[in-house]
Amino acid sequence: MIIKTKKTIPASEITDPYVFKERRKIIKALLALTAMGSGIVPVLADNKPRWTNLPESSFSADLMTTPSEIIENYTNYYEFSYNKHDSTKLAQQLATDPWSVEISGEVEKSGTYFLEDILRQQTLQEHIYRFRCVEAWSMVIPWVGFALGDLLRKAQPLSTAKFVKFTSVYRPEVMPRQKQNNMLEWPYSEGLRIDEAMHPLTLLAVGMYGDTMPKQNGAPLRLVVPWKYGFKSIKAIVKIELLKKAPTTSWNKFAPGEYGFYANVNPNVPHPRWSQNSERLLGSGFFTPRRETELFNGYGEQVAGLYKDMNLRHFF
Amino acid sequence: MVKFNKLKLGIFIACWLPLLWLLLDIILDNLGGNAVQAVHIRLGDWSLRFLCMVLAITPIQTMTNWRGMAEYRRMFGLFTFFYATLHLLAYLVLDHFLVWPIIATDILESSYIWFGIAAYLIVLALAVTTPKWVIKLMGKDWKKLHRFIYLAAGAAIMHYFWQLKGNLAEPLFYLLVIILLLGFRVLVSFKNRVVSRLMLPKGRR
Ligand code: HEM
Repeated sequence: MIIKTKKTIPASEITDPYVFKERRKIIKALLALTAMGSGIVPVLADNKPRWTNLPESSFSADLMTTPSEIIENYTNYYEFSYNKHDSTKLAQQLATDPWSVEISGEVEKSGTYFLEDILRQQTLQEHIYRFRCVEAWSMVIPWVGFALGDLLRKAQPLSTAKFVKFTSVYRPEVMPRQKQNNMLEWPYSEGLRIDEAMHPLTLLAVGMYGDTMPKQNGAPLRLVVPWKYGFKSIKAIVKIELLKKAPTTSWNKFAPGEYGFYANVNPNVPHPRWSQNSERLLGSGFFTPRRETELFNGYGEQVAGLYKDMNLRHFF
Repeated sequence: MVKFNKLKLGIFIACWLPLLWLLLDIILDNLGGNAVQAVHIRLGDWSLRFLCMVLAITPIQTMTNWRGMAEYRRMFGLFTFFYATLHLLAYLVLDHFLVWPIIATDILESSYIWFGIAAYLIVLALAVTTPKWVIKLMGKDWKKLHRFIYLAAGAAIMHYFWQLKGNLAEPLFYLLVIILLLGFRVLVSFKNRVVSRLMLPKGRR
């Protein structure tokens, strides 16, 4: 099944990744000449991608993807900095190999596994999803990953498992905001209801654009829940717990009136201080109007059923 | 005709540099992944900076006893209006491309923008009352009206605070600046005798 969102991005609205890269090369040359610093940090060298010819997920949207340079340089990572430029730079210090993930709680088989061992048991696919941040910008990202449900089923959840809690890595040595104990409760944690976690759209992603995940984008393992605001899609996961009760989550705990547990993308429920009715699709240029935000970020056909008797204004 | 001395000309030209710098960054594609927002934020920041410079003139004048600074207050005031207008235009045209229904919803649902609009309306009212003949015409009311600049500053700070997710450092800095500047004025007017005597050069005490 291909997700046909009503309004796909017109080709004119977004820069072709190739054109974008070429333009950037010219600009880089110009910059070198003028010896001015670019606002964008070149993070990855142009190596061969790690995966080639990945099968395409049946959920992939038929959309032009956002240039990787934008995805890699416009991302929030509050453990490092509140500023996207600085966090991208600082995140390079995070060691991600080797990496292990604990799966525990209400499951038959709990344990701690090396990421490479987990990957050996999963079939990776490319998933082209929309990504909508609570800050009212959006992207289209070709993730490399597998369904979270496939991993959870291997651990055999008990019938008492009603929620899933995710915990990010705690490394105050390299994460300045953790060291200063600033703002959010660290380590960052997020949660899903079990049916949300088992939904085939919900991914654990290990890369994008056919390559390993850039550190600033949540390497080596992050969650992707395309119908929820980006802050739900927790980065650098070290622990997955199945729970009887709803876990507390970082943003919800910090500002419960502003960031709900569900955080479903919903143009009809504004954030208390700003509208969520429209979004800036990154890669679209000047004089391009904003995109109208869709309910469940355009994934209503797949996920609306999960919330059918719920008042979405109350459970925002 | 406006007569420029060298200092005034220099400052006048300097006031255009933020715009020039921004245009250069646009041409060089130097604004990162969300260039529309970057332009918008840059213009907002400069509106607020010019607003702070306007407020700084009177305290500097009091402390240095330098006459003739009022002209700079006027110049900075007009540049505040200029950058705030570009900030507003960037929002309406660059970001929204004048799609009015979406703009309307965005403004209605974003309370932080209300403060920005309040600040802008005040700055607008002050800008249109700058010509010399209007000042004459308004007499005492002019001064009363132009005290609203402090309200504009307050609204601009609220506008800044209200859109953030938690990083308060920058708006706190501007809040501090404005409190200091306002505090100075309040001190001066309430304890006029004592304070202004201390501030005056020795011979005039
Ligand atoms: C004198 C008037 C104004 C001043 C001094 C001002 C100043 C600012 C400042 C300092 C920022 C934050 C920049 C940053 O994050 O560093 C900002 C952001 C913003 N302003 Fe204003 N503003 C004014 C009027 C307006 C008006 C009239 C509107 C719209 C109708 C507006 C809309 C916005 C929006 C939407 C943002 C958020 C930009 C973003 O983060 O995407 N402002 N403004």
